[in-house]
Amino acid sequence: MKILVAVKRVIDYNVQIRVKEDNSGVVTDNVKMSTNPPDDNAIEEAVKIKEAGKAKEVVAVSVGEEKAQETVRKALAVGADRGILVKVDGVIEPLAVSKILKKIVEKEKPDLVFMGKQAIDDDCNQTGQMLAALLNWPQATFASKIEVKEKSLEVTREVDEGLETIEVNVPAIVTCDLRLNEPRYASLPNIMKAKKKPIEQISAGDLGVDVKSRIEQIKVEEPPKRKAGIKVASVEELVQKLKNEAKVI
Amino acid sequence: MSVLLIAEHNNKEVKPFTLNAISAASQINEDVHVLVIGSNSEEVAKSISQVPNVKKVINVNNPIYENYLAENYTSVIIKLSGNYSHIVCSANTFGKNLMPRVAALLDVSQVSDITKVISEDTFQRPIYAGNAFATVKSNDKIKCVTIRPTSFDPAPTSGGSAEIQNGDAAEATEITKFIKKEEIKSDRPELGTARVVVSGGRGMQSGENFKLITAVADKLNAAIGASRAAVDAGYITNDHQVGQTGKVVVPDLYIAVGISGAIQHLAGMKESKVIVAINKDGEAPIFSVADYGLEADLFDALPKFLEELNKLNTIQK
Repeated sequence: MKILVAVKRVIDYNVQIRVKEDNSGVVTDNVKMSTNPPDDNAIEEAVKIKEAGKAKEVVAVSVGEEKAQETVRKALAVGADRGILVKVDGVIEPLAVSKILKKIVEKEKPDLVFMGKQAIDDDCNQTGQMLAALLNWPQATFASKIEVKEKSLEVTREVDEGLETIEVNVPAIVTCDLRLNEPRYASLPNIMKAKKKPIEQISAGDLGVDVKSRIEQIKVEEPPKRKAGIKVASVEELVQKLKNEAKVI
Repeated sequence: MSVLLIAEHNNKEVKPFTLNAISAASQINEDVHVLVIGSNSEEVAKSISQVPNVKKVINVNNPIYENYLAENYTSVIIKLSGNYSHIVCSANTFGKNLMPRVAALLDVSQVSDITKVISEDTFQRPIYAGNAFATVKSNDKIKCVTIRPTSFDPAPTSGGSAEIQNGDAAEATEITKFIKKEEIKSDRPELGTARVVVSGGRGMQSGENFKLITAVADKLNAAIGASRAAVDAGYITNDHQVGQTGKVVVPDLYIAVGISGAIQHLAGMKESKVIVAINKDGEAPIFSVADYGLEADLFDALPKFLEELNKLNTIQK
């Protein structure tokens, strides 16, 4: 089996983002970037399946600017065999990303495509499902457990009410939840080895995909600030305030 | 043109978030049609027909829809899509799973998780875990939109009498099979809609210690929440997780206990009306969003808190 894993370069999850003064977006210059956290789970799962002898090759793909190469390289350092970078400038919507990934799938012919369930920058939660639709493949979203069977996967999904289990035929798309596994850290020797692994660079234009935005971003604003609260000295005071001041109990 | 809203239900009852989504849908356009895809789901269709904001209910019944699968739902929706300017549903795990599959087949760039309807084509939505809000305009012919349920009041459930029309099933998917759903049953209010939420974090130190949270929650008739750290540590199941990738809650009172306040947790609760933080680390970021902060060891504070609550003559339910 061959597994394609899509990874996205985003602002690091620990960074407190800032809105640009002209409200045109979020400041990304000189901000720490890293792999979208659930994409790390996607890579980890693919590598684990390969280590269990159930997959032959893991290919990491990213769609983004030149620097997204770092994100692909990181995937190579934790066990992906080779990488693909589809270069696009500026913001790209999930619909366009899924069209690009469809082209890559047609070329690479993987049996499975993994990715994180959601990117923590635009919080869209769309790309995996869209790719599944375009390929007419089954989708298993929010996966917290994957069992590889002969010609299918049994996937446990995290849903609002608890857990749901579905079986999807291969080829399939799986979007990964944070509890799927514990992503490993890249060891220094593996980081060095990853530098020698190939990354193929393609431009979105060469794939013939229209990446123009369909959605117009009119403005980006800070959320309304909460007014500063107070510290209470004791539990008694807290209960008294909740009862008589906030009137919520 | 009209809005087609996809209902979430269990063939017996409509799920509450669908009612919030109906409110948002009727702000987009008054002609709201609700699609109920299920198996023997006539009762659901009937109850939705009584929602005053709903103009028409389309009920598709077939045993293949006994359990919800995005693949099956999508085929039905696509067949009906030509009659609508908007296709909408709630942005919970139901709608997040479904809508992008529909949007991609219609070649539409979806607008996810809206918190405000500005006009028929312009919406506000949170990005970066709610640390910024984007105002976006969709230029697609059909607009596919998912709605953050907690940002809209639920629609009233009586007084309406919409026409119920039967719709046709589509071909059943053969590539995906439902196996089972393990629902965690509870007598408590649902986390997403509870008036009071009491949440525990890594500071709880064990699943066993969550009984301190449970005791307070019982007293306040509250739902129990948790930070991702507490869920990852195995103290409590995932359906309790509040945050960017868990549930977004907007209760009247949110009590965060032993939760430091990571960005991704704050994203799920900072719109709550009143926030209480109990933490022994006075520098914890959770205090920056708390209306009332108590710097204390939770293992002393929680039993005392319960004691004080017990002294009150009345407690709001």
